[in-house]
Amino acid sequence: MEKKIRVLVAKPGLDGHDRGAKVIARALRDAGFEVVYTGLRQTPEQIAEAALQEDVDCVAMSILSGAHPHLFPAVVNLVREKGMNDVLIIGGGVIPETDIPALKEAGVSEIFTPGTKTSDVVDYIKEHVKK
Amino acid sequence: MLPPVLCFERGRDMDIAEEVLNGNRLALSRAITSIENEDEKSTEIMKRLYPHTGHAFVLGVTGPPGAGKSTLTDKMAREYRKRGMTVGIIAIDPTSPFSGGAILGDRIRMNGLTLDEGVFIRSMGTRGSLGGLSHKTADAVKAMDAFGKDIIFVETVGVGQSEVDIVKAADTTMVVLIPGMGDDIQAIKAGILEIGDVFTVNKADHDGADKLVREINMMLDLDGVMKDWRPPVEKVIANQNIGVKELIAQIEKHYDYIKSNGILAERRTKRTKDEILDILGSRIGSYITQKIVDDGRLDDYVEQIKARKTDPYTVVGNVLDEMLK
Repeated sequence: MEKKIRVLVAKPGLDGHDRGAKVIARALRDAGFEVVYTGLRQTPEQIAEAALQEDVDCVAMSILSGAHPHLFPAVVNLVREKGMNDVLIIGGGVIPETDIPALKEAGVSEIFTPGTKTSDVVDYIKEHVKK
Repeated sequence: MLPPVLCFERGRDMDIAEEVLNGNRLALSRAITSIENEDEKSTEIMKRLYPHTGHAFVLGVTGPPGAGKSTLTDKMAREYRKRGMTVGIIAIDPTSPFSGGAILGDRIRMNGLTLDEGVFIRSMGTRGSLGGLSHKTADAVKAMDAFGKDIIFVETVGVGQSEVDIVKAADTTMVVLIPGMGDDIQAIKAGILEIGDVFTVNKADHDGADKLVREINMMLDLDGVMKDWRPPVEKVIANQNIGVKELIAQIEKHYDYIKSNGILAERRTKRTKDEILDILGSRIGSYITQKIVDDGRLDDYVEQIKARKTDPYTVVGNVLDEMLK
């Protein structure tokens, strides 16, 4: 059996809009990935623990509320604390250009902003997950 | 741009089976991945875990899409936790036959359990299996069993009428139905309605719930052979947590029943037998297939058959005669 790429699509924080996350989830499904979707309003602790139990290769977070400078690094730290140093962590949503360097510094590998083609996200994950 | 943060190679830094037995959750998670992918470590892991299995109670939860299987599983798991039992949950969703991808969404209903250390939830895609489970569900159950879970829920994909593999994997099978899905002929058709040890009518506050209970009861009473166990039909409203305790009482009753009169032992014996035959069949199958593909004979056979010089039955007969001598 070939190894399937497993991705957790997560919505940290309190904004209630997951259309974007669902579009991404669907695109990843169509690319042959197994997508675990956990729904709205997840805490960083819940996301990290779900990533552990599901043994995902990638955690993809979407956020529209502006809380990304706090929540994205929190997820990275918790995931790493659980011993998953090999899990790729990416983010997307309404994120100002100026915030991106700090997020990458904090361990988020890539940030996708509005207008990104779904195929770019698919290609990025395929290229960067640890096989 | 910083390079992506990617460190140790999967699995290389730990003895997975040993760590599973020590209660390491990441190890359990990686063991299940190994099992699902049937990678080179999986057989070794299963061999090490197998002696530690056979303790957990395996509860199958099946029913049509949208019946509330995940919500009910969530509520029941909470109740078992209150009683001090540890819980494993394997939730299966369909894999696309076109892309091979899947959306695994059962956790949405169970997010409240994520941070409970006594609960471990794993979502699995069917990956081509058509019986409501995935091929590797039974082994994933064993991994959770060896890890020390007291009760393991196996939630099938939303089933139609004939996906009944769950009976082979579970000790007790619960069929979850909801009102409004068809007339009483639906209830006497073959298939999932034959496999319930306990029936649950969820969304019991909706119209038609009592009628559905009556129809299931009628169907069960038509059962010609009087058995010792007459499956009960329980009404619940899962999202309001109504009827869950009563349902668990019935499930416990069934478990006690199969334990005390030898049915559980019988089911497990049958399961072990099936297990050996399944592994044997698939190993022999892939061994032979690999051989005739590798030495290029498969293509020769295809050409000969296309030219009508021979036929598939003769070819298979010859291959078997030769390889199994």
